[in-house]
Amino acid sequence: METYLALAKFAQTWGLVYFVAVFVLMLAYVMRPAGKSKYEEASKIPLKED
Amino acid sequence: MQLTESNAARKSLNGNEAVAIALFALLAFIFICVAAVATTSEYSFHAFLLSAASVAAVFGVGNRYFARDIVIPQELVDGRPNYNMEPVRVATLAALFWGVAGFLVGVTIAAQLAFPALNFDTAWLSFGRLRPLHTSAVIFAFGGNVLIATSLYVVQRTSRARLAGDLSPWFVVLGYNVFIVIAGTGYLLGITQSKEYAEPEWYADLLLTIVWIVYFLVFLGTILKRKEPHIFVANWFYLAFIVTIAVLHLGNNASIPVSIASSKSYIVWSGVQDAMVQWWYGHNAVGFFLTAGFLAIMYYFMPKRANMPIYSYRLSIIHFWALIFLYIWAGPHHLHYTALPDWAQTLGMTFSIMLWMPSWGGMINGLMTLSGAWDKLRTDPVLRMMTVAVAFYGMSTFEGPVMSIKAVNSLSHYTDWTIGHVHSGALGWVAYISFGAIYCLVPWLWNRKEMYSLKLVNWHFWISTLGIVLYITAMWVSGILQGLMWRAYTALGFLEYSFIETVEAMRPFYVVRMLGGLLFLVGALLMVVNVWLTIRKPASETESETGQLQLQSV
Repeated sequence: METYLALAKFAQTWGLVYFVAVFVLMLAYVMRPAGKSKYEEASKIPLKED
Repeated sequence: MQLTESNAARKSLNGNEAVAIALFALLAFIFICVAAVATTSEYSFHAFLLSAASVAAVFGVGNRYFARDIVIPQELVDGRPNYNMEPVRVATLAALFWGVAGFLVGVTIAAQLAFPALNFDTAWLSFGRLRPLHTSAVIFAFGGNVLIATSLYVVQRTSRARLAGDLSPWFVVLGYNVFIVIAGTGYLLGITQSKEYAEPEWYADLLLTIVWIVYFLVFLGTILKRKEPHIFVANWFYLAFIVTIAVLHLGNNASIPVSIASSKSYIVWSGVQDAMVQWWYGHNAVGFFLTAGFLAIMYYFMPKRANMPIYSYRLSIIHFWALIFLYIWAGPHHLHYTALPDWAQTLGMTFSIMLWMPSWGGMINGLMTLSGAWDKLRTDPVLRMMTVAVAFYGMSTFEGPVMSIKAVNSLSHYTDWTIGHVHSGALGWVAYISFGAIYCLVPWLWNRKEMYSLKLVNWHFWISTLGIVLYITAMWVSGILQGLMWRAYTALGFLEYSFIETVEAMRPFYVVRMLGGLLFLVGALLMVVNVWLTIRKPASETESETGQLQLQSV
């Protein structure tokens, strides 16, 4: 039970912080202005013929 | 003559072919031994079936060797990728077959609920056995073959590379369908581990595990040798689907067989943990099989058909990660008001509600891809089908979070409302985006300019849509009626209705649901006819300039 409580407490605090931080980093990376042309190019991949 | 002989002399089995023949020959022998020691005749039948499949594999690899050129197909022909589309064709046709079979069984069990005599007092045709046959046939057989076909198509086209492996893509497509046959016949014979959407027993699970690992390697191998620097977002969704289904399958099927001679196994989880693992599996089968996989179809086929780029590529990446982060926690909403700890139930509910955001982000991204091309909805029934699919995705991903709220769930759970919700997702979203993809794929794969008849597609669309509307409205009314009757008390505090009275009240809606399902089946039959006529169309009418494909049959 003590192991369970310790693990549960860790997951409910630091686990949550970790996931939110990783998610925010993802958002920041995707929204960075420099990526605009790269994503515009990528969105055309299905439309290109080979 | 001399030349042919010397050519024939130089042609030899390559390592993969030799190993495959030896391995399948050995398996054929092992399965016969299993059939001999099997404790039940049903299990023995399955062992024989697997043995026959292994013998067929030996002949298949052998015949393919005799028919093939000396060198196996090259990566490039005339500087263009030499796509391997033959396995994709087979998976597409398998999807059509299983789709019609699955819908037919669905209509049958819908009819049984309204008219119970239709099980003809046989064990084989009882509702309890046909129901998993229906769910597995439509989800795993129809949906699975659609996902395998489209993923193997899309990964080649967006990577501009030939499918990795030579025999392995065939092993994936055919091995998966052997799994389907083993699973489906097992349900009819009464072989089940009684886990919803994970009914197949340990040996079928083992077969699926091997097929799935090869599927993962073929998909990943193709991505790794891509000529396109960026991995297109549809491939991310496909990869998430493949990897997560592997993890879920292993976790929920961690069972120990009684012996090699028995089809029976016991799961290592017990009690409420088992229930939690089951619904962690169950809801993520919805999230990663029925959602992520089919979103991959949306992200490739809708832009392609509309000839427009995705509305926002950034949004598609955020959609992807948000879905991955949230879906995996939503499972506990299947276990509200059970022995599962309250905090886990609340967690499941909270994450289900948060899921609304990425789902609608994805829906908006799909619909807005048509911005500037809305007129095509009027003229192109295929695009209309996919657009309605995305609208249904939006509707059922709104309904789902609402139903996951504990207070709502106390009314909706165990009622037909759940069945209605599932079918607005399954018929409206999954099947419609699949039909759209099939209507795109068939002309591309068989080098035709367009489907044989777009008018027939239009008929399919309207007949099926009417079917869906009948189905889900009947289930909403029936479900809420049922839920309210169950919780109705008299002034003295007694339950107002007996169970059989609620069944009686639902009967008219069961008939309406059956008719809705029947219309959906009729629509699917029109599709099969249309596909058949498209493939049969004389080669002179084929369009060589579509630039879609250049196939090398192997």
